[in-house]
Amino acid sequence: MKPFDYARATDRTDATAQAANNATFIAGGTNLLDLMKLEVMTPYRLVDINRLDLSEISATDDGGLRIGALVTNSDCAADKRIRSDYPVLSRAILAGASGQLRNKATTGGNLCQRTRCYYFYDTAMPCNKREPGSGCQALEGFNRIHAILGASEACIATYPGDMAVAMTALDAQIEIENSAGDIRHVPIQEFHLLPDDHPEKDNILGAGDLITAVILPPPVDAKQIYQKVRDRASYAFALCSIAAIIKMVDGKIEKAALAFGGLAHKPWRDEAVEDLLIGQSPSSQLFGQAADQLLAEAKGYGSNDFKIPLTRRVLISVLKEATQTGADA
Amino acid sequence: MESTELVVNGKSHKLEADSRVTLLDALRNHLGLTGTKKGCDHGQCGACTVIVENRRINSCLTLACMHDGDEITTIEGIGQPDNLSALQSAFVEHDGFQCGYCTPGQICSATAMIEEAKAGWPSFVSEDLESPKNLGNEEISERMSGNLCRCAAYPNIVNAIRQAAGEQS
Repeated sequence: MKPFDYARATDRTDATAQAANNATFIAGGTNLLDLMKLEVMTPYRLVDINRLDLSEISATDDGGLRIGALVTNSDCAADKRIRSDYPVLSRAILAGASGQLRNKATTGGNLCQRTRCYYFYDTAMPCNKREPGSGCQALEGFNRIHAILGASEACIATYPGDMAVAMTALDAQIEIENSAGDIRHVPIQEFHLLPDDHPEKDNILGAGDLITAVILPPPVDAKQIYQKVRDRASYAFALCSIAAIIKMVDGKIEKAALAFGGLAHKPWRDEAVEDLLIGQSPSSQLFGQAADQLLAEAKGYGSNDFKIPLTRRVLISVLKEATQTGADA
Repeated sequence: MESTELVVNGKSHKLEADSRVTLLDALRNHLGLTGTKKGCDHGQCGACTVIVENRRINSCLTLACMHDGDEITTIEGIGQPDNLSALQSAFVEHDGFQCGYCTPGQICSATAMIEEAKAGWPSFVSEDLESPKNLGNEEISERMSGNLCRCAAYPNIVNAIRQAAGEQS
């Protein structure tokens, strides 16, 4: 690990001022310290924000929930309101990492976790995300875990998390405070970026920006499912995951929100897929059309070609479960 | 150098160490508490699991200086050879190890995990999120997936934990 200065932030103003001066926030640290040991990340100064007052889950005026950025994954998944009203979020968090990691990992930090692309982690290899302009070895290398949607010639890495996939289906907003003390709210779909020509930038955060909370809208009365497919039964990243929120009224799909993990540089959402489902009666043909729409632009790079038919099957399976049409629909 | 107070197994320690020192290295190399083991040093194996402020964590993935004033329980604080905890006795009874290297992490992890289950925390395999079932084999395996055993003593580890959880509930 490269040497660094350590400072504990006294309050949010202190934290954002230090970050505006190129320091790096540390909260749970479970991903950052791993990357620092490998010297993939080499911050010159860490600002410890763990003792800031951002660890509460509270009700919002409109009936939603405000999850403080320092609420741990464990506390978020176990919160009674989230378990009963936003079960897709509890399920997604519990599908990720291990009990020990969820006890440290925070809501804000989880949003900022980096890709698990093998080449990003290996400093002996070129990687446009780690070293802009150096090239991408994953394009023609080992790319089993890589993106099939929204990738670029510069980067085919995926966003690895589960929590943010559920939050994307839930239309969450990210609350961000900057070093001037201004607070803005960003829809989670706009928070993570596609790689395009600048894969070194995972998300929209600028110098001095601090995530202070994630805000969930009021709960909807709908079936909520988180389905994750991975190489092990537990403690593994998603090859494909789907957060689905589906409401049926009189045999027709009234509401459909679908977000996908393990497929792209960000939690993936495609409104054309949802529009195709809304107002329709569930059927195998309809679900097949939804999968066609989702995967129309999908591209495999060799080892990850299997993700295209896998995603198709997982989507159809989730839609059958969510609409309770069973295997024969 | 960072000045940090760690309260380990009820005893206060003043630590003067580089900011890069992990909690794991502080316990082993600075305080001489070598019961906590270093396996992968990347949060994948769970051998370094300790209990900080009543929560099990990977001590390799946190800096000692981030824990000023925190209460930490290591394997040395859970039991001694002549005074084993119920869980430790169950590991002996069920032969929940071969080489023993992962065992301190398994014991610290399971000790805290049993408390998590008592508090009603669900897991990935809980059918009902709002009232998870008691700790059966499937629940124990899922909740302990952050602790690897290179000797694959898993069936006996699960049996030991199930017995200890039953004794305490």
